[in-house]
Amino acid sequence: MADPMKIRARMEGDAADVKVLMSHPMETGQRKNEKGELVPVHFIQSVIATHNGKTVLDVQWSQAVARNPFLGFRVKGAKAGDKVTVSWTDTKGDKGSIDTTVAAA
Amino acid sequence: MHQYRRKLLQALGSAVPLAIAAGAGLLRAGNALAAAWNKTGFEAKVAADALKSLGVTGAQPSKEIILAAPDIAENGAQVPVTITSKIPNTQSISIIVDKNPFPLNSIYEFTNGADSYVSIKLKMGQTSNVIAVVNADGRFFAASKEVKVTIGGCGG
Repeated sequence: MADPMKIRARMEGDAADVKVLMSHPMETGQRKNEKGELVPVHFIQSVIATHNGKTVLDVQWSQAVARNPFLGFRVKGAKAGDKVTVSWTDTKGDKGSIDTTVAAA
Repeated sequence: MHQYRRKLLQALGSAVPLAIAAGAGLLRAGNALAAAWNKTGFEAKVAADALKSLGVTGAQPSKEIILAAPDIAENGAQVPVTITSKIPNTQSISIIVDKNPFPLNSIYEFTNGADSYVSIKLKMGQTSNVIAVVNADGRFFAASKEVKVTIGGCGG
């Protein structure tokens, strides 16, 4: 089983630079497993990032985003100590979420 | 070589109908704040249709969009792309990979202080243009870069 979600948020200049790593197979639906069976489509379709409770980033993904997807974004006007959350929903309705506090530069 | 490439292209070619419909429905129910998933766009098989689904009638090329991607992707399954839009009032950045079986790759909408910046990793099936489309106040701008792919990344 893959590692859980990881996140890091750190001030860079006047913005919080956030990097998230999500564990997800992001299956395209055409890959075959070791038995030669097609692995069904299964990927993260939606990612929402919030800063101090407000949505800052609303993301729609396709199956052509890489496996174990990485996402980097920046929030202007953030400060050390602010709260950032990143949540995802996939094609099966499964969800994942992580939150963190913005670290100083 | 051609056989290999054909298999890789097929690997990206799933039509994903039912899963998408279910996912979109659950998405709306589970997270009312999220943008509705652009099914038409993500199922478009040519870049022109993907652009249409985004409401783009004509996108002006812009040097204010900085699109960083490798000249040659070592691994088509993990191609790093970073996009910064310096265009004022950028509301969204959409990414199109024009030779992928489904060219619309992803859409990013910015609000409440988010920088018009995104960094991700994409799958590319073959050498393609990676196109960043910016929506700023309802006007569209674009920047494009060709990324050469030696080993396609859609076979998993």
